[in-house]
Amino acid sequence: MFALIRKDLQIEFRTKETLAALLLLGLLTLVVLSFAFDPTSELRAEAAPGALWVAVIFAGVLGLSRSFLAERDNDCLHGLLLCPVDRGTIYLAKTAANVLFMMAAQAVIVPIFVFFFNLPLSAALGGVVLSLALGILGFASIGTLFAAIAVRTRAREVMLPLLLVPLAVPIFIAGVRVTGRVLAGKPLAEVAEWLNLMLGFDVIFLVVGWLVFEYAVEE
Amino acid sequence: MRRAADAALPYATLVAMTTAIYMVFIFVPTDRFQGIVQRIFYFHVPLAIMTFVAFGTVAAASILFLWRGTRAWDRVAHAAAEIGMLFCTLVLVTGPIWAKPVWGTWWTWDARLTTTLILWLIYAAYLMLRSFSGTTDQGARYAAILGIVGALDIPIINRSVYWWRTIHPAVLVTREGSSGLADARMQATLGLSFLAFFLLFLWLLWVRHENLRLGDEVDALRRQALIHP
Repeated sequence: MFALIRKDLQIEFRTKETLAALLLLGLLTLVVLSFAFDPTSELRAEAAPGALWVAVIFAGVLGLSRSFLAERDNDCLHGLLLCPVDRGTIYLAKTAANVLFMMAAQAVIVPIFVFFFNLPLSAALGGVVLSLALGILGFASIGTLFAAIAVRTRAREVMLPLLLVPLAVPIFIAGVRVTGRVLAGKPLAEVAEWLNLMLGFDVIFLVVGWLVFEYAVEE
Repeated sequence: MRRAADAALPYATLVAMTTAIYMVFIFVPTDRFQGIVQRIFYFHVPLAIMTFVAFGTVAAASILFLWRGTRAWDRVAHAAAEIGMLFCTLVLVTGPIWAKPVWGTWWTWDARLTTTLILWLIYAAYLMLRSFSGTTDQGARYAAILGIVGALDIPIINRSVYWWRTIHPAVLVTREGSSGLADARMQATLGLSFLAFFLLFLWLLWVRHENLRLGDEVDALRRQALIHP
């Protein structure tokens, strides 16, 4: 499994395509959303968590669809399936690689987000990172499964967001709530139920993905 | 069984539905507070419940299809998803018609409304996925995966939306002013409406399943004819 993760990371380090695209798209989303709100109004601080999570979604969908396009283009998926490992392991490795990419992109996007929206980062950093980590894990867990499916349908570029976004609604609601509360200076204990919800989502869909991935890649 | 379903279901549905319509429009007394618009409730609620029955059927048939690999379960899931989509759309149409005079607004981000809307979006994507991946075994497996994941997601979505709305100030705190169906005639009408829509669901499921089965058969025959002309 670690060999599979290393393979994805190595490809990425050599080309740096996905990461660059993720970063730029996330950044663009933040810039465009900044125009949507009056820079002087109070509303801006209220809208900040939403903007961050929209950037996560857009960048996430892009990164996920890329992760299987690369496999498909050079027929690598067949090679991957011939590996003497369980299909569930391939799924977990792919998910782990996607989580790492998305987290790496967030490591740059979050400081820019703080910079643009003029937010107090220091106090809230732990909570924001925790909510992003849980949210991205959940998003990647269903995203990896459906990216494997969408890549083999017609109109695959539109198919992935159509499948993924409605299913990931709980992640977004919970993520926006947690980030908003934490940025408002509230303690993490106040959002414990939201964190539990995200954790539950992550566990359920990692298990489901691990179980059914076999059917998603079967010929 | 095929003969019995073909013969009995349409007539049973016809009788139940006609009686239900009679009861809703003529027999049942008008609600004192909500007035005439409350009568839509007898369609709205059974439709909503049947939507969940339909999407539950999709999930169950999807699991059976992945487990057993029988094509019939895939057809059941396909047919149930289409009917569920139809019912869900009707729920989303009848709801606002009732809500406008009673709540004073077409739409509110109430937990149930939001869950239903997202349910609709998930199964719209399900039907899209079906049409984009063709009628192959692969496409059937993809749809089954979405059918299972979607059904598992519904309770989580419901929970998250519920908390989201309870933490936010609610526009309308009270819901279901009409749930107090004190009158026995109202209860009887609602009960019969349930039966009518359940029979309608079964009948539509049957017809659509047969339709898909014949389509598969035609495909098989055509392929045979191509191989041995």
